[in-house]
Amino acid sequence: MSFAALLKRDLRLAVRQGGGAGMAIGFFLITVSMIPLGVGPDLNLLSRVAPGILWAALLLAALLTLDRIFQADYEDGSLDVMMMAPLPLELVAAAKSLAHWITTGVPLALSAPLLGVVLNLEASAIGPLALTMLVGTPAISFIGAIGAGLTLALRRGGLLTAVLVMPLYVPVLIFGVSAVKAAITGPVPFATPFLILVALSLASVVLSPLAAAAALRAAVQ
Amino acid sequence: MPGADAAAGPLSRVGAPSPALYKNSAPAASRSDVADEGANESERSDDEGRMRLIGEGLACERGGRELFGDVAIGLSRGEGLLIEGPNGSGKTTLIRAIAGLGRFAAGSLTLEGGDAEASLGEQAHYVGHADATKPQLTVAENLAFWASFLGGGDIGDGLDAFGLHDIADLPAQFLSAGQRRKLSLSRLKLVPRPIWLLDEPTASLDRVARQRLTRLMDAHMESGGILLATTHMELGAAFAQRLALGSAAP
Repeated sequence: MSFAALLKRDLRLAVRQGGGAGMAIGFFLITVSMIPLGVGPDLNLLSRVAPGILWAALLLAALLTLDRIFQADYEDGSLDVMMMAPLPLELVAAAKSLAHWITTGVPLALSAPLLGVVLNLEASAIGPLALTMLVGTPAISFIGAIGAGLTLALRRGGLLTAVLVMPLYVPVLIFGVSAVKAAITGPVPFATPFLILVALSLASVVLSPLAAAAALRAAVQ
Repeated sequence: MPGADAAAGPLSRVGAPSPALYKNSAPAASRSDVADEGANESERSDDEGRMRLIGEGLACERGGRELFGDVAIGLSRGEGLLIEGPNGSGKTTLIRAIAGLGRFAAGSLTLEGGDAEASLGEQAHYVGHADATKPQLTVAENLAFWASFLGGGDIGDGLDAFGLHDIADLPAQFLSAGQRRKLSLSRLKLVPRPIWLLDEPTASLDRVARQRLTRLMDAHMESGGILLATTHMELGAAFAQRLALGSAAP
C-alpha cells in the first residue's frame, strides 16, 4: 500500500514536472550524434562500435538524472517523514529507484534503436539492443540510487555521483555490449552474456536498496 | 497491495531509526496482544494508557561542540513538553534526535507502552522547518499521498484541521509560506499518531491559524497524546512541563 502510494506519487511528479526523461533522451541523442561527426562517415567502423557507443551514452544520460531520485525529497523534508513511516527505508529506496527506472530507464532503452540508425547499427541488432537495454537499465537505476544517496548531503554532488557510480556500472556495460555483439557476430550465443546481464540487474534490485537506505540514514542523521 | 504489506512486516525492524537508542520496553502482556490483529484498535488504546516517554542523560553535539548535556525527559500520556531556548541552543537537534532523525551523543531514550512492533519514529509525527509538501501536487493530492503512505487517514480530517477546503485543488506551488505550513501541520490530524514532535510550529502562521494550532495541541493532549514542541515564543497550549536549553555559546 505505502510502496504503491510512493511509486504512484513519484511517477506523477515525474510527469508533472517534466524534463526528466526528455532531458536524458536529448542528451543521449546529442552524445550519440556527435560520434559520426567526430570519427567521420566510415559506415563499417560506426557499425562495429555502435553497441558500445550506445551503451556508454545511455549510461552517461542516465547519470545526469540520478540526483532526481532523492534530492527533492531530501530538501523539502519529505525524506524525514518517510524515515518515520511504517514502510522500511529499504523499500522507500526501492520504490524510488523503480520510479526512476520507469520514467528514465525505459524511455532511454526504447529510444536507443532509433539512435542506432545514426550509427549504422545492423538491423539484426536492433531487437537485441533494445532488449539488453530494457533488462540492463534497472541495474543502472538501482545502483545509481546508492550514489544519489551518498551525495545527498553535499551541495552540487552530481559530479561526485558520477565518479562513485560509474565504476559500478562497468559489469553492466561489458555484458550489455557483449550481448549485442553476440547477437550480431557470435560466436558466443546471445543467451550467455544476456543471462549474466539479467543476473546483474536482479542482484542490484535486491541489494542496492539496502545500501541506498544506509546512505539515506547517514545523510539525514 | 497485501503483498507489499506482507513484505514490510518482517523487515520493519531494519527500518527503525537508531535501534540502539530506542528500546520499546513494552510489558509482556502487550506483546502477546499484538498477535491478535483483529483487536488492534482496542489494544492500541490500552497501550497508550501506559505510554511513557523517558529520556535520561541526553546529550547532543554539533560540529564536535556539545550543544546540551544531561537533559532528562519524562512524559506520560496527555502531557506536553515545551522546549525553549535561544537560537543555536539545540532545540531542533534535540527534537530531531527524539524523532530518530539525529543521534544522541549520550543518554538513552525509552518509550514504554505504545505499539511494541513499531519504533518511536513510526508512532510520532515530526513537523519541522521543511514543509514536506510537493509543489507539483495539489493540496488534496499531497494529503492523499501522506494518508496512504503513512498508513491510512481521511483527507477530509486533514483539510478540516486548518480549513484548507477552499484551496484543496490548488497546486502547492501557488501556496504562500503560511499556507504551506498549514498543509504540513494538517498531517497531524490526517494520520492519528500518539506522539507529536513540533519544531517551531507557529512559524509563518497568522493569528487565527496559531489559535487553531493551539486548540489542536490541547485536544491532542486531552485525548492522551504526548506532545513535544520547541519555540522561541508563546504557543498558548497548556504544557505540563517546560525545558529551557542553555544559552548558545558563540
